[in-house]
Amino acid sequence: MASLKALKIRIGSVKSTQKITKAMKMVAAAKLRRAQSNAESGRPYSARLSDVVSSLASRITVGPQSPRLIAGTGAEQRHLIVLASGDRGLAGAFNTNIVRAARRAADELIAQGRQVSFYLVGRKARPVIGRFYPGQIVGQFDTSEMKNPSYAEAQAIAAEIIERFESGQFDVAHLAYSNFRSVLAQEPTVDQIIPVRPAAANDSAASGASAAVEYEPDEEDILAALLPRNVAVQIYRALLENQAGFYGSQMTAMDNATRNAGDMINRLSIQYNRQRQAAITTELVEIISGAEAL
Amino acid sequence: MPDLRFELVTPERQVLAADVHMVVVPGSEGEFGVMAGHAPYMTTLRDGELAVYRTAGATPERVRVSGGFAEVGANGLTVLAESAEA
Repeated sequence: MASLKALKIRIGSVKSTQKITKAMKMVAAAKLRRAQSNAESGRPYSARLSDVVSSLASRITVGPQSPRLIAGTGAEQRHLIVLASGDRGLAGAFNTNIVRAARRAADELIAQGRQVSFYLVGRKARPVIGRFYPGQIVGQFDTSEMKNPSYAEAQAIAAEIIERFESGQFDVAHLAYSNFRSVLAQEPTVDQIIPVRPAAANDSAASGASAAVEYEPDEEDILAALLPRNVAVQIYRALLENQAGFYGSQMTAMDNATRNAGDMINRLSIQYNRQRQAAITTELVEIISGAEAL
Repeated sequence: MPDLRFELVTPERQVLAADVHMVVVPGSEGEFGVMAGHAPYMTTLRDGELAVYRTAGATPERVRVSGGFAEVGANGLTVLAESAEA
């Protein structure tokens, strides 16, 4: 049984932990609001762009002279997974979930006999990926210095990936990130970004409506200009969604931690009070029996 | 004549969304003006200035844009630019 003094110290330490988690929760909540509005204001652009790109992609006939970002390299052997994770922990299962989704995708590909390599954005995925897939991390982009993801960073990442693609280091690229659905729900997602998937055949209504569109310069040239931009925008979107998801997840985690600390303080206080009372009772009994003996 | 629905969007935010009279866009193959009822059209942009005429004969608001493309569809004109500043 812990002594009264030890219990008191323990309660004090849980209390100060609770103060920290409470403060972190409030900071995360404030940052979340900002990140969320950033993520939401970025959505129209990326949605429009990927609409346009996939409708264009479904309209041209892919031949050997088409841009390689859409035609692919003709092989599907080597896959690159661009894994965007957070830079910091203390956010519940946020990073774990992204990494798990990426690992599932990677294991599936490996089971099909493909080669998989990783390009990491953010710090947190590195230890796990390094342990499970040693030597398969081909590159890393450090985002720990930046507060809010900016489009310039996304462009830098995209430029590096496209350069690797052009120099033939991989055939297919996937982007793994966490889709921000709400504060409570972040959905780890793995999307193919290179080559671009043409729009599914079922939205023939949309392509029928755009059949009369006049293109200037022609479809292929527009597409060639848009494809690299599309990669950058998809990455930018992933960074924004990640940021919002991270703070949402951190807020939830810290809220739980604060509540758990509260429960623990209650439990320890009860124990402390009982023990204090027991000590007093024992003392009284001793005094009384001492007086009786006289 | 009804107004033209005009949206200017960058990756970071929606810069402008308004019903306007006419917009002159710096397309890569030359500037072109868009009014309501324009035929469906899509082009890439060169770096330059958008001129937004809120009403007929008004002095245009100028917005510098770089990179991106413009799309005219049934629901108006959408300019997706890499960067835009008034």
